[in-house]
Amino acid sequence: MNTQILKVNGLTMDFGGIRALNSLDLDVNRGEIVALIGPNGAGKTTFFNCITGIYAPTEGEVYLAAPGSDTSVSLKGLKPNQVTEKGLARTFQNIRLFAKMTVLENVMIGRHCRTKAFVLGAVFRNKATRDEEQSILETSYAILQKVGLEQYVNEFANNLPYGAQRRLEVARALATEPLLLLLDEPAAGMNPQETIELEKLIKEISSEGQSILLIEHDMTLVMSLSDRIFVMDYGKKIAEGTPVEIRENPAVIKAYLGEDVDA
Amino acid sequence: MLLIKELKKALGVALWFVFLTFPIMVIKVDPIERIIRYRWENAAYVAIVTFTVYLVMSFIKLRKLRVTADKKESKPSRNVIHSILNNKKQLAVLSFMILAIALVFPHFFSVYQTNVMTTALMYVVLGLGLNIVVGMAGLLDLGFVAFYAVGAYSYALLNYHFGLGFWVVLPIGGALAAIFGIILGFPVLRLRGDYLAIVTLGFGEIIRLILENWGEFSQGPSGISNISRPGFFGMDFSLETSIMYMYYIMVIGVIVTIFIVNRLQDSRLGRAWIALREDEIACQAMGIDKRKTKLAAFSLGAFWAGLIGVVFAAKTTFINPASFTFLESAIILSIVVLGGMGSIIGVIIGAFILILMPEYLRALSEYRMLAFGGVMVAMMVFRPQGMIANIRRTYKFEKQK
Repeated sequence: MNTQILKVNGLTMDFGGIRALNSLDLDVNRGEIVALIGPNGAGKTTFFNCITGIYAPTEGEVYLAAPGSDTSVSLKGLKPNQVTEKGLARTFQNIRLFAKMTVLENVMIGRHCRTKAFVLGAVFRNKATRDEEQSILETSYAILQKVGLEQYVNEFANNLPYGAQRRLEVARALATEPLLLLLDEPAAGMNPQETIELEKLIKEISSEGQSILLIEHDMTLVMSLSDRIFVMDYGKKIAEGTPVEIRENPAVIKAYLGEDVDA
Repeated sequence: MLLIKELKKALGVALWFVFLTFPIMVIKVDPIERIIRYRWENAAYVAIVTFTVYLVMSFIKLRKLRVTADKKESKPSRNVIHSILNNKKQLAVLSFMILAIALVFPHFFSVYQTNVMTTALMYVVLGLGLNIVVGMAGLLDLGFVAFYAVGAYSYALLNYHFGLGFWVVLPIGGALAAIFGIILGFPVLRLRGDYLAIVTLGFGEIIRLILENWGEFSQGPSGISNISRPGFFGMDFSLETSIMYMYYIMVIGVIVTIFIVNRLQDSRLGRAWIALREDEIACQAMGIDKRKTKLAAFSLGAFWAGLIGVVFAAKTTFINPASFTFLESAIILSIVVLGGMGSIIGVIIGAFILILMPEYLRALSEYRMLAFGGVMVAMMVFRPQGMIANIRRTYKFEKQK
């Protein structure tokens, strides 16, 4: 099997005259945690929206490894739900849970693309549908246990504390059995304690072989979690490497802190 | 002790009020006869009314105090209906009772009452159908009556031209309406909220205008008459029995609808609808096919409207486009909104209130729309979730290690 799970070639996205992404290359290997960082407005979330099919990129190719084989599939032109079906699941920067559904149901929605009962199944509740429903329940509950939300099972999602809502987003994405999990600023707005717990959770998920690509502003978290880091600014990739390399990279320092006046 | 104290207080208040109102209530100067009349009976009325009002008020106050005290200790109580719905035994007893009442209803009440009840039951099904589209999937549909018209006209025309019977056309009418639901669904897949409402409103009007103006097809505004009533293995009924028969058909129809809608709500598809209502982008990102899910909602909602359309045509034996105006859509939508979006029991109660109230308050019929509007505004202000808000199913898990 190939080691690359996601391969992005020359991804470009124009909004009218603004080039939000400029010929971006990125790759994620199996089992890796890769971080995508950059100043505000660098185009990180746009990048996520492009590869998950919410935006149609102007140019460029996105390939995702096909499960169980050596080939990869192009994600170009697929709808968001088809992308998820192919194995790319994401969370959102601004939490987008289904507020008036219970915590368990939120996760059960994640199982949607891996199950298939439809109108007739729902009405007649034949054996296959009942079994499927049971398996949805069990898997969803197991995922909730994994992220530590099992005490909230029947709670409405919008009644959860903030940190728990973030975890629920992760749980919901995990329920789709993704090959690659995209986390869009999972630690945004969290207090230090919640961030530590989140770090533990991400490490735990990763230790089970889950490949992860995350956008994050919390540098301590990024440095301790990631195997590799990509740095973006103004829609361009300005650096790429291990956390140590990135920390010393002059281009990165320049992007974040500005240029020295004397230079 | 408390009671005596309250009684004494109430007596004091009553006497005080009698004293205060004495000049206007009791004394009456008669300028013609030049005498003063003392209407002592009025003093008695004032005393009695004040006394009772005061007692009732203090009783309410006491209860409030007690309830807030209780709340601190026990969990916040849900309302009565929810607690009944959650208790399987109570639910079974209640539904059995309702079923029993429904079954004997036409034998104890007049034909008129039975007819009114049949109409109410029809609206229950219409409400439940629209509830799929508006309540669950969150797609505001203002042209629901179009599907109702499709069902009614498919029976009327098939009966008129080919002499097809009620039971044959019933599924055809439903299916045709479902197809129209998909036809409407396709162009509005991308629309949401207000824009969707406008397009569906237009769709409803288009169907009505076609029926009104395409004379060769639908016989225009003069409508189609002499539509045959439902038969029962070739038997012919008298008018009275056929009204009763219609009633029983609707009772069965309502039961089947509740059963199916309930199952849909708790299914994978039902969850997808609700997710779609909550957040369309997140819903797609979680792998739900927006197109398939929306079309399913539109066509299933329309299906029920089509079935009831067929029933309507068979019940009235005469239809014309005037029965399918926007007002009809508005009433069905009000049933859903008033009862509680997404809540099956809420929609049922909403339908009964909105259909039966005008029927039994005919004396006030001039003020019907006024009252209707007032109720809707009050509802939106005080209880936007509807009379009976939908509650989600809860699951229990055994603690695993």
